[in-house]
Amino acid sequence: MNTIIRSTARCLRAGAAAVYLPVRAGARVWSASPPRRLLCAAADLQKDLGAMVKKDKVVVFMKGTPAQPMCGFSNAVVQILRMHGVDQYAAYNVLDDGELREGVKVFSNWPTIPQVYFSGEFVGGCDILLQMHQNGDLVEELKKLGIHSALLNAEKESK
Amino acid sequence: MLPGVLRCARPAFTSLALNRPLAHFRPHMDPDSSRPVERAITTKLTAALKPDHLEVHNESHMHAVPPGSESHFRVLVVSSQFDGLPLIKRHRLVNEALKEELSGCVHALSIQAKTPEQWGSNPTLAKSPPCMGGSRGDHTVQEKLKAGRE
Repeated sequence: MNTIIRSTARCLRAGAAAVYLPVRAGARVWSASPPRRLLCAAADLQKDLGAMVKKDKVVVFMKGTPAQPMCGFSNAVVQILRMHGVDQYAAYNVLDDGELREGVKVFSNWPTIPQVYFSGEFVGGCDILLQMHQNGDLVEELKKLGIHSALLNAEKESK
Repeated sequence: MLPGVLRCARPAFTSLALNRPLAHFRPHMDPDSSRPVERAITTKLTAALKPDHLEVHNESHMHAVPPGSESHFRVLVVSSQFDGLPLIKRHRLVNEALKEELSGCVHALSIQAKTPEQWGSNPTLAKSPPCMGGSRGDHTVQEKLKAGRE
């Protein structure tokens, strides 16, 4: 929160404005208006991303929002998480902010969106999450985060 | 029995890819002068990963981009270089090989990275989720496509 306040103050001095917009359903959106930032803002964004990916157990950078994904691959990530009962997570909409969109690719050293983080660690994109879901690894990884997958309940009920 | 199982396991989409070119499947008939990005992806992945099996599918037609685009791809790479590597490291190897394309006109890249053993026990090409139109009106995609054409 402090880093966001600091970067907001810097941007206001520079004449632009950064706005932190909360979105309902457990998803938060970080957004910025007109792209007139100082060069140091790019380095600030990298620092902010470092904090953003650690603030929540599950963090997703996607196109659109969990309620309204704007991309099939981002939607697949949302659907997979939903199947496991993971509805409360931080979701950042890169379509709202071009600098965030490019900044997260640099931060993760990963060229595409969506991007998924578990406990501050980069997991991968849609393909990796899907394969983890199919081979059972996702249930295990969620367990390590202290999240009990809904699919385990479904398995128990069917036995 | 095994060949029959393999035939059932492989979706029709895979056999289409093996029977190039198909008039209704590709906008250009001459395979030599068109599809430069697809050829570059094939060349680079072959050189970098020495795959036992490689499929490069242009899926741009499934997305909200103009016909003939080379912006959305799905690749299937079967290579013993993936032995012992977690998925993320395998994908990073593919991304590294295609760094230029990914910073150019390739907007989306779906990757299946399997070892020869994994491919042998499950020779199926995954399907991409349906497009939700995010590329429509996305100016960065338009810029990438323009850059690709120049």
